[in-house]
Amino acid sequence: MIEIINLCKSFGNKKVLDNLNLTIHSGEKTVIIGRSGCGKSVLLKHIIGLINPDSGQVIIDGVDITHVRIRQLNEIRKQFGMLFQGAALFDSLSVGENVGFMLLEHTDVSKDVIRERVRKCLALVGLKDVENLKPAELSGGMKKRVGLARAICFRPKIVLYDEPTTGVDPIMGDIINDLIRELSDKLEVTSVAVTHDMKSAYKIADKIAMLYEGKIIALGTPDEIKNSDNPIVKQFISADAIGPMTDAAGIKELMDKKWREDARR
Amino acid sequence: MVISKDSVERLGSRTINLIRYMGSVSILVSDTFIRLFQRPFRLRHIVKQMSRIGVESLPIVSLISLFTGMVLALQSAYQMQKISAEMYIASLVALSMTRELGPVLTALIVAGRCGASITAELGTMKVTEQIDALETMATNPTNYLIVPRFWALFFMLPILTLYADIIGIIGGYTIGRYKLNITHHMYHRMTFEPLSIKDIFNGLIKSITFAIIICIIACFEGINTKGGAEGVGLATTSSVVRSFILIIAADCLLTALLYFMGSG
Repeated sequence: MIEIINLCKSFGNKKVLDNLNLTIHSGEKTVIIGRSGCGKSVLLKHIIGLINPDSGQVIIDGVDITHVRIRQLNEIRKQFGMLFQGAALFDSLSVGENVGFMLLEHTDVSKDVIRERVRKCLALVGLKDVENLKPAELSGGMKKRVGLARAICFRPKIVLYDEPTTGVDPIMGDIINDLIRELSDKLEVTSVAVTHDMKSAYKIADKIAMLYEGKIIALGTPDEIKNSDNPIVKQFISADAIGPMTDAAGIKELMDKKWREDARR
Repeated sequence: MVISKDSVERLGSRTINLIRYMGSVSILVSDTFIRLFQRPFRLRHIVKQMSRIGVESLPIVSLISLFTGMVLALQSAYQMQKISAEMYIASLVALSMTRELGPVLTALIVAGRCGASITAELGTMKVTEQIDALETMATNPTNYLIVPRFWALFFMLPILTLYADIIGIIGGYTIGRYKLNITHHMYHRMTFEPLSIKDIFNGLIKSITFAIIICIIACFEGINTKGGAEGVGLATTSSVVRSFILIIAADCLLTALLYFMGSG
């Protein structure tokens, strides 16, 4: 179980996370939605201990990872898999070495066993005979799938996905959504994805949480979110340019001003 | 003289940035030194880096040290011939190469060639989240990325320096023997008579210090790269410039130190 309690994080004067609270139960597929730059990736990086919060706690299976030594944090990280936005494959290693990286680093299993596991993981994401290619030789969609294979190769308990469908075509995006859903069910892992792609969110999620101004403002099943009365959630899921989110940014005011000026002319 | 508020603010912010930079570099130095002898030892990575830094630098080091030895002999001949002391050219070339030019030129070549490449590689890894990926996979970036490069530079720069000393002396010999008509026997004697182990040792101490400077600056700039391609470019430039400045400053300091310690 992942418990996030009163998490605060600022960069300079900008408060990105403001007393954020969220609980993600084991085996659940949770999608965090929100506008670009609202702090979704920052939240995800807090969950795996890549960023230290200004205050608050991130508790993974009872251990507060914001107050552990690096050795213990690394032990906890071995339970995680993470798919990065740009896949973040190591350029200098082959696809096979990328996928089997954690096995090579943290176990003494033989090369043959690793090769077999890598082959199986790549097959799970629909790839074969790519072990010897370099990441630079792959297309964007293939990179994401290799990243996914790498995230699941060490048999993690929790998998984090940072914008899994960004930068791939809609068909590949849908294939990746299906893969995430299928892998989460098959491997019985807790999945946490951040995205602003609502199609992806509806397809992957058991629960959707909406992040706005540093807080989770709505949490529920995809149906509950679809039928939400919250005007901010409504504007986001219906992708409207005008609404309370853009009012806050002053966009409506700017547009009104422009119309007034046009009318005066 | 009136000092504006802006200039005081600018000075203050620059001072804070300098202190912050030095603090961050010190943290990286201590982290690297702590992890030098920690498992896992990545022998395969070290050998790969040694090949990149050492073996692949041989052609450029050969070319530059050969020409430096030749130019040194020719330039000194200009004066030495006036006082009929051409034979001392051999000693001058040998001592200049081993004590000063060998270590400094090799360090500058390696900083320009390999330091820049290390920064660009780590910088690209940083901006494409590969370093974050390493951390999420419970692998320490210092152990995985910096320590192998440290050992490679630590071993290869002194070896390259010794090689540059020899090639520089050969360059000087070519001019002495075929342009100034110094006999082989005389050139050989005048090269090795004044040269002592101490001179070579001083050069090696310098080259080890330069290796540490190149590694730390190149890696620091790389892993602190911000932004995209532009950030990588800026970090690479900054890495080369800062390494050059620190190499020259450390050379001056070490020369003075070794001189006052009596081994100069």
